[in-house]
Amino acid sequence: MGQIVQYIESYLNTKGLTPGYAGNMFWVVVYIMLVFAGLSVAVIAMNWLERKILAHMQVRLGPMRVGPHGLLQPIADAIKLLLKEDIMPAEADGLVFWMAPLIVVLAAFTVFVVVPFGPEHAITDMNIGILFMLGVSSLSVLGIVMAGWASNSHYPLIGALRSSAQMVSYEVAMGLAVVSAILMTSLNATGTGTLSMIGIVQAQLAQGEWFIFKFFPLGLIAFFIFAVAMVAETNRAPFDLAEAESELTAGFHTEYSGFRWSLFFLAEYSAMIAVSSIAVTLWLGGWLRPFPNLLSGTPWNQIFSLVPGVTFLFFAAICFYNTARMPKHPLFRVQTIGLAGFGAVLGLVGLILFIPPVSMRVQDIFWFSAKVAGFMYLYIWYRGTFPRYRFDQLMQMGWKVLLPMGLGVLLCTGAVGLRSEIWNQVLVPLWQRL
Amino acid sequence: MTPVATPFFFYLLSGIMLIGGILVITRKNPVHSALALIVTLLAQASIYLMLYAPFVAGVQIILYAGGIMVLFLFVIMLVSIDRSMKERQFNSQWVAGLVAATALGGLFIGVYTKGTSIFPEHAPSVVADNNTQEVAKLLYGQYMFAFEIASLLLLVAIIGAVVMAKKRI
Repeated sequence: MGQIVQYIESYLNTKGLTPGYAGNMFWVVVYIMLVFAGLSVAVIAMNWLERKILAHMQVRLGPMRVGPHGLLQPIADAIKLLLKEDIMPAEADGLVFWMAPLIVVLAAFTVFVVVPFGPEHAITDMNIGILFMLGVSSLSVLGIVMAGWASNSHYPLIGALRSSAQMVSYEVAMGLAVVSAILMTSLNATGTGTLSMIGIVQAQLAQGEWFIFKFFPLGLIAFFIFAVAMVAETNRAPFDLAEAESELTAGFHTEYSGFRWSLFFLAEYSAMIAVSSIAVTLWLGGWLRPFPNLLSGTPWNQIFSLVPGVTFLFFAAICFYNTARMPKHPLFRVQTIGLAGFGAVLGLVGLILFIPPVSMRVQDIFWFSAKVAGFMYLYIWYRGTFPRYRFDQLMQMGWKVLLPMGLGVLLCTGAVGLRSEIWNQVLVPLWQRL
Repeated sequence: MTPVATPFFFYLLSGIMLIGGILVITRKNPVHSALALIVTLLAQASIYLMLYAPFVAGVQIILYAGGIMVLFLFVIMLVSIDRSMKERQFNSQWVAGLVAATALGGLFIGVYTKGTSIFPEHAPSVVADNNTQEVAKLLYGQYMFAFEIASLLLLVAIIGAVVMAKKRI
């Protein structure tokens, strides 16, 4: 017993290491559970937010009946999906049909092994971090292709073909954008370049600049290429040709229902979160708060450590404001109490976040999640704004616009980086000696 | 972290690879064959990981499992499955097969028996921590010429494919 406690405690003494890197199995399992739970909550929240925000963009109310302002709608949806009959087409290829959603979900969740929520808040840190993320998330294409083929039906097959062609072609542009960001990690004598997710963020800290602003406009262009390619990679509007309702009913998952369909749904949203966290890590400074170098020192650190708590208090205030605006009719009493209770929970979380040890510990997680949440809002915004691309336009965009742009940015980043290295490493010391 | 149960994982992964390989040639349905091949390739990537070569493993997953096999499936799915199910699966050139199998088997047995004297006793100590950086130094330093030649070869292949596929350029 004492040995087990000692084993658990031994990780707490290793400062600045992820549990996977320290090799402590107990904390690895704890972190995996936490990430899995957080991800599920994020998908549920995303489901509600998407319906609500899209509705407001289209001047509708969105879900209003299940819970106050439809807050319980995702849970109702989940229960409906679990209770639905799980149909498998008679002519379908059973094993492949069964395996496809599992592969998609596995690929979508496994990538979170290396996502750095903080310098110590990642399950593990790998030497090949970003390569691992890209590789494993590219496996989800397999699941989609398998789902489309195994359904033994025309719409799913065409949907799967479209989506695999799309994902394979946008992966190229995406890879080039990623490489140009990785090139930047080796600059300013911060050592050799690195593929490790934590190393990439630390390089941005060391260079005192998020990579999106590095070598303006090169970093910005690379980020733009990635931001477009990642929407195509996750098959979201305006690139959601794989599930274009007007042409293909629901694309590759037309024949899926019930729990299997909900697995595809889960995978789609967690893949969105995964690619957003790649973008955040590579270009937006990962877990770093805004201006970590410019506004450093005690007063600023303390001011920024208040932000998580203030954010939650703000959400709580919105809840209380809407509680006050609820209709006063007795039929709405339960909903009003529910909304006030939700606001109270949010406020309590906000107050807990003000306690200094807690806020120091979770600050990095907060900044990372806040940046990812920004991307999630963008996804919804795209869906509300852009009309769907035609398939040939999509391919043209991928191969004739993004790919040459990516190559150009890569070459320019290399050239400019070399110039600045020569300037900093050779010419400046030479001048100082003179 | 020290490796745990290395022999167990090695035999497990090799077993998966072998089963996958056998399934590739025995399945009648080409899609099933391709899926079995993906399983084999993933198990191979895991073996690279066990050999402290994470970079090679990652590249294996991206290129083979994620890229090439998707294109494979892409093509196979468009083939009429019903017709290919009726085709004969094995050809009867057993003489050539026997010669090839004997040669390969002889090579394996030779390596297995003489292996201890041919290969170094211990694997060179490679740290998994900066595997990528070490691979990069070798590729862009010592083996620069071979690396560039290989990429030139690939470029020629790409141009050739475009020339053959397009009627009018």
